[in-house]
Amino acid sequence: MNVIEISGLRKSYSVGFFKKTEKVALKGLSLEVREGEVFGYLGPNGAGKTTTLKLLMGLMFPTGGSAKILGLDIDHPRVRTSVGFLPEQPYFYDYLTASELLEYYAQLSGVPAKERSPRVKKMLGRVGLSDVANTQLRKFSKGMLQRAGIAQAIIHDPKIVFLDEPMSGLDPIGRREVRDLIEELHDEGKTIFFSTHILTDAETLCDRVAVLNKGELRGVGVVADLLSSRGATVEIVWRGTSAIASVETLGGKCHVAAEIVRAVLEKSNLDAAIDAVRRAKAELISVTPVQATLEDFFLERIAQPSETTVPAELSI
Amino acid sequence: MSIARKFKSPASRVAAVVLVLSLIAAAMSARRIDEMRPEARLEEVLYLQSPAVIKFMSLGYTGLAASIYWTRAVQYFGEKHYAKAKRFDLLPKLLDLTVDLDPHLIPAYSFGSIFLAQQPPEGAGMPDQAVEFIERGIRENPDYWRFYYNLGFIHFIERHDYKAAADAFERGSKVRGANPAMKTMAALMEQRAGNTQTARILWTNIYESTDEPIIRRNALTRLVALRVDEDVWNLDHLLEKYIDHTGSTPHSWQELISGGILRGVPADPSGDPYKLTTDGHAVVQNPQKFPFIQRGIPRGQSSPETITPESRKVVEGAQVTPR
Amino acid sequence: MTASRIWHISFNTFREAVRDRVLYNLVFFALLMVGSAPLFGQISVGLERIVLVNLGLAAISIFGVVIAIFIGIGLVSKEIERKTLYTVLSRPVRRWEFILGKYFGLAGTLAVNTFFMAVGFFAVLVFVTKSLAASDAQLLIAIYFIILQFLVITAITLLFSTFSSPLLSALFAFGLFLIGSFADDLRGLARMVEGPQHSLLMGLSYIVPNFGAMNVVSQVAHQQSVPATLILHNTLYAFLYAAAALSAATLIFENRNLK
Ligand SMILES: Nc1ncnc2c1ncn2[C@@H]1O[C@H](COP(=O)(O)OP(=O)(O)OP(=O)(O)O)[C@@H](O)[C@H]1O
Ligand SMILES: [Mg+2]
Repeated sequence: MNVIEISGLRKSYSVGFFKKTEKVALKGLSLEVREGEVFGYLGPNGAGKTTTLKLLMGLMFPTGGSAKILGLDIDHPRVRTSVGFLPEQPYFYDYLTASELLEYYAQLSGVPAKERSPRVKKMLGRVGLSDVANTQLRKFSKGMLQRAGIAQAIIHDPKIVFLDEPMSGLDPIGRREVRDLIEELHDEGKTIFFSTHILTDAETLCDRVAVLNKGELRGVGVVADLLSSRGATVEIVWRGTSAIASVETLGGKCHVAAEIVRAVLEKSNLDAAIDAVRRAKAELISVTPVQATLEDFFLERIAQPSETTVPAELSI
Repeated sequence: MSIARKFKSPASRVAAVVLVLSLIAAAMSARRIDEMRPEARLEEVLYLQSPAVIKFMSLGYTGLAASIYWTRAVQYFGEKHYAKAKRFDLLPKLLDLTVDLDPHLIPAYSFGSIFLAQQPPEGAGMPDQAVEFIERGIRENPDYWRFYYNLGFIHFIERHDYKAAADAFERGSKVRGANPAMKTMAALMEQRAGNTQTARILWTNIYESTDEPIIRRNALTRLVALRVDEDVWNLDHLLEKYIDHTGSTPHSWQELISGGILRGVPADPSGDPYKLTTDGHAVVQNPQKFPFIQRGIPRGQSSPETITPESRKVVEGAQVTPR
Repeated sequence: MTASRIWHISFNTFREAVRDRVLYNLVFFALLMVGSAPLFGQISVGLERIVLVNLGLAAISIFGVVIAIFIGIGLVSKEIERKTLYTVLSRPVRRWEFILGKYFGLAGTLAVNTFFMAVGFFAVLVFVTKSLAASDAQLLIAIYFIILQFLVITAITLLFSTFSSPLLSALFAFGLFLIGSFADDLRGLARMVEGPQHSLLMGLSYIVPNFGAMNVVSQVAHQQSVPATLILHNTLYAFLYAAAALSAATLIFENRNLK
């Protein structure tokens, strides 16, 4: 079952003070997210990820198209009770303490009064903020704010959690914790839709990902499928001080550094390359298959020219 | 779509309706409140009688405060005038405060003195205060010759003090840039000659120097009255000559016309023909139309001492422009 | 549900205000002004009470308006700018509920504030005049009218806050407060001119909030009684005007893209 259905969603901003120009941020996005999956929403800076999330949260109104969450139009009031949202670089009422903040959000989400305070305690524990429960948020570090942000997104036990770059600003440990948290939520059966440009996170967490660039979808699918669509490559390393011409003709550009030469080429050319190295009487050091990464896919996809002309970036 | 969205959400629609309704109701309510407290407002103004305090409270914007007091004075006068009040108790105080705050507020002096000087209900009937007030204007603004004119006018019209009037015009004529007519006025005053003529020049001048409707209407009414006075004076003169000549009193204007003395039936400023009395005098048909006239009043009747609805029509008919 | 959300938003707004140091500074100054009124009174013999009432109530009113504007200008715009709204409006909170919640929060703050200032004022009054007369109940009416003014100015500031920057909002709101305080004179001016300017000024004088009518400070200082009908109509007027401003705020905010 699809819990999020986006069809032909468009958004343009009008920019400029005196001379208004349209800046198209989203060009007819269509996307489906299934119940219970962790969905990664990838794209470089300015791709339109935040724009999409704000539209889905009803913070902005689309220029065209529509979207449904749990089968209801996004502006339907009931939708809001079943979603949680972590904005990018969240900022909260800094005069509140962490537990006051969560309490307030629980109130606004309609969590029954009796359940509120145990829920707040539990959430603070879950994101590791129990020690600072009674500290005002103005004294929080960026990472602590991010945690508080995640806590507020799930305080009301939503069915779908939208996270805009949940790992940004976190140290490796923090990132790890958020990853674990997302996995826990996944295990609880929630649907998680998160945007990121940190690809390893997406690779490890996501059931499916979508790649967005300049407001257009460049690919959607299961991570493994996306990767296997690319040809496998191998890296071959030998001792030497110069490139070997016959290896280069096979498509493996040789990189020389500190008497070590390395070249990456298609797997099908591996045998010919090894022969060439042997012929040159060089000492072979290693042959390793190169793991296809989302990053490669990502870079490849966003490098493609788009069909429609994109207006030049406008500085605001 | 974002435009199409406008007013689409139920909350927007409700808000739009509430906005319109509550704005209308609020404006109506404001009107009600306004009607409830005009007097309170003016008395409230005068709680603060000390210019020093007002100056302090206006944070140095005394010019602005003066304008506000001036507005209030005019409004107070207008309301009283409209209600045909006989007393204008607050007017002198309001005017004084106004010029305390801004001693150079020219219109306050010129209009204020006229408001003060004329008899009620045209004015507050306080010619002495008016003289004092305009003298103050002269002290504060000695280079403004028109204040001397106002002063002379008040002495002449309201106080019938020709000596003082002549003095005022004389003083005014010495101010640089003063209208040369000031000299003539002074001379006329000295001679006390041609009262109607002098009065007409004065009123015409007043009429032309202002846009203030109350003053203009009053000046026009006076000018109409002066014209009637003059007409009647002329007609009586002709009639006298005719009687001297023929030895008999005419029965109709026709006799004078056929005698070549008149060219047509003489009409008053409202267009009505003058009536010829049996003893050979010209009178107006309806003195209600002509307040302030001195001559041509039918026997047993009188000319009103105030603007009447009939006279207002005559003036609005605008057949008379000051000549 | 709606009511509970509005209540929680109001409470949070109140909480924000009372945790702000600026508020205390302003209240402190207001109390200082009320407290120093007897000193001014001594300058003019026999006028202590009049000066005290004028000055004290003026302090309550002016500082209240300053607080209303100071906090009001940020009510919506600050939440948009800091993006704290995102986490509120992505919840089951309607935008109009947010507007109302913010409004009641600030109005409540001002009411509490005024209560404390009024207590301070009466304390000084008793200290100076050594007695309280029955006619001093009129002072309560003046204070009530001051609160009505707050209700209106808060709604107006909130309206500006939904579409303009804090600085501009403050200028607009303060300008409107001044013009509104002289609405009577605006009307007087309108009566003096003719033609299109007349209609324009007249219309304007009825659109701007009629703060002048809600100021009976000098009247009560001179122990004149305030008619009951004026109390009734001023109350009605303040509610209507606030309702108009709040619905305009809702209209704008409902359709606003939170970029
Ligand atoms: N308020 C705005 N006004 C005008 N243009 C905007 C606004 N917000 C975003 N944009 C434009 O819309 C495009 C998409 O922006 P968006 O914030 O959705 O990107 P993003 O994918 O979230 O990027 P990032 O990874 O940097 O957060 C960008 O080109 C940006 O310049
Ligand atoms: Mg973003």
